[in-house]
Amino acid sequence: MILYGLRRLIYLVPVAFGVSLLVFALVHLAPGDAISAIVPPDAPQEVVEKLRAYYGFDKPLPVQYFRWLVVTLSGDFGTSIGTGRPVSEEVGGAFLNTIVLAISACLVAFSLAIFLGTAAGYAKSRIVDRLVTSIALTGISVPNYWLAIVLVIIFSVELGWLPPMGLGPESATGWKLDFAHLRYMVLPTIALSMIPLGVMTRTVRSTIKEILNSEFVTALQAKGMNDRQILFHVLKNAAPTCLAVMGLQAGNLIGGSILIETVFSWPGTGFLLNSAIFRRDLPILQGTTLVLSFFFMMLNLTVDMIQTVVDPRIKRG
Amino acid sequence: MSNLLSVKDLQVTFVTPDRTIHAVNGVSFDVKRGETLGILGESGSGKSVTLRSILKLHPAHRTKWSGSITLEGDEILTMGGRDLANLRGNRVSMIFQEPATAFDPVFTIGQQISETVRRHTGKSDADAMKRAKDLLEMVRIPSPAQRLKAYPHEMSGGMRQRAMIALALSCNPSLLLADEPTTALDATVQIQVLLLIRELQRELDLGVIFVTHDIGVAVEVSDRIGVMYAGKLVELAGVEQMVDTPKHPYSRGLLASTVHDGMRGQRLEAIPGAPPDLGEVPTACSFAPRCKFVEPKCLSAPPPLAPVGDSHLVRCVVAAA
Repeated sequence: MILYGLRRLIYLVPVAFGVSLLVFALVHLAPGDAISAIVPPDAPQEVVEKLRAYYGFDKPLPVQYFRWLVVTLSGDFGTSIGTGRPVSEEVGGAFLNTIVLAISACLVAFSLAIFLGTAAGYAKSRIVDRLVTSIALTGISVPNYWLAIVLVIIFSVELGWLPPMGLGPESATGWKLDFAHLRYMVLPTIALSMIPLGVMTRTVRSTIKEILNSEFVTALQAKGMNDRQILFHVLKNAAPTCLAVMGLQAGNLIGGSILIETVFSWPGTGFLLNSAIFRRDLPILQGTTLVLSFFFMMLNLTVDMIQTVVDPRIKRG
Repeated sequence: MSNLLSVKDLQVTFVTPDRTIHAVNGVSFDVKRGETLGILGESGSGKSVTLRSILKLHPAHRTKWSGSITLEGDEILTMGGRDLANLRGNRVSMIFQEPATAFDPVFTIGQQISETVRRHTGKSDADAMKRAKDLLEMVRIPSPAQRLKAYPHEMSGGMRQRAMIALALSCNPSLLLADEPTTALDATVQIQVLLLIRELQRELDLGVIFVTHDIGVAVEVSDRIGVMYAGKLVELAGVEQMVDTPKHPYSRGLLASTVHDGMRGQRLEAIPGAPPDLGEVPTACSFAPRCKFVEPKCLSAPPPLAPVGDSHLVRCVVAAA
């Protein structure tokens, strides 16, 4: 088990390497560069050349990549071209904000999905089942950025109940656990939880339905187990499948909240990535992507490890 | 000796929005303590439905039961909720056809046996686990202490079925229901499991209902055999009577279609045709369309189960005449 974990950790290295290479290549495929984005259009040519040399953009691409890689491996992610602050600081702060939002969206989505999905899986009446299925389908189908804008219009603009943007009062950039900050989280959390809610509800529902049809559930009834005891058996059987989907969904929330963070001006990694793309801020782009992909890989690894604990049929070693 | 289980005019219908299936149409039989009743029939004859009805294992919202099933005087068909759960696995328990799917794959054998023991006896965790170990020993599973910690997928088919038997016997039931318990096993393992059931049945003075489509198995384990066709018992007799002098054309066809010594080179006799659709209540003998001996009176009304000898019943107007 521990050996398996270690081996999986080592496997992450080439994947991370590949990801960084891909990110680097993608950024350079796009037209325009960072220098032309920060200097005024009428800047003299020699200033531009000087800046280019200062940031190392005059070197051939492979050299640029390896320089970046070596420096990054030594723990230095470089400085942002846009703000001049260290990338690690920018990304670190944004990452924490994203994690906070992702965790709250996961908590809402997963707890609701387990409840709704189990209810629908058990439902003998078609009405309950159809109702839950349509909620799930709505969650998946409605574009979450559109929902975000609608939520802002209703609850911020019209009713004035909740703040429309930012993560705290007085344009705070760091998150704190208090009532004032929590108010700012409500709308982004709702908007962000819609897709995972829909996906998970469907997964839980179909998994539970399938398990309820298995012979061992009849066998459990035949030995006199009550409904609560049988539910426990059913949930433990459903756990491996649901955990796998949960892991993927949680990963998506962390990497894929660019739209939501932009709508709500939530200073997380999605927001950061978005502005970095516009500014061609290569160090930030690479730093953020690397952190996100590493987190994604760790998340998948964690899910795999939990699965081996829950499901004895998965043998790894 | 008084009856342990008494089934009277059992009818089971499954109602779905699309159609109604009359799976069992008036089955009656008794089982005494220490007796094994074999129920023989092909797929869809209603043998498993009859068996599962004794524990009311069919989904309640889609199943209609009528008639009566009494265990030591207690009516089962009107039971529900807690009473039914207290009966299941305790006074009546069941062995399933496919032990690979009848055990929960993510719990150990020990957990699954001990939870049953705790459920019905209120024993502590440790005592229940001790009981589970004794049970595994009783069904002759080697190194039972280790096997308690094994998951179902870590055991062989025969071992799993032994564990299933141990589970079924964990709360000292008076009636054991066996739903084709050897069908999924290899031939050599089949015999071991049959012998084990037979032996434990004598030792514990159990009533056993053994459902199978395998005539050889039925003859091996049963004291009496009931043959089912289209949701009805068509013949019920002691095992010797059934083998030596089957009366119903269907039973005769079944017994003639088995292979035994001295048949090399001969053509096997088969029963032509297919079993009837169970969507409608029969108005005539259900077997008539496939029967060689069919007469006009067979088609006028469903035949009654009539005695043709000492505790030998047959549902055929031609054979009973």
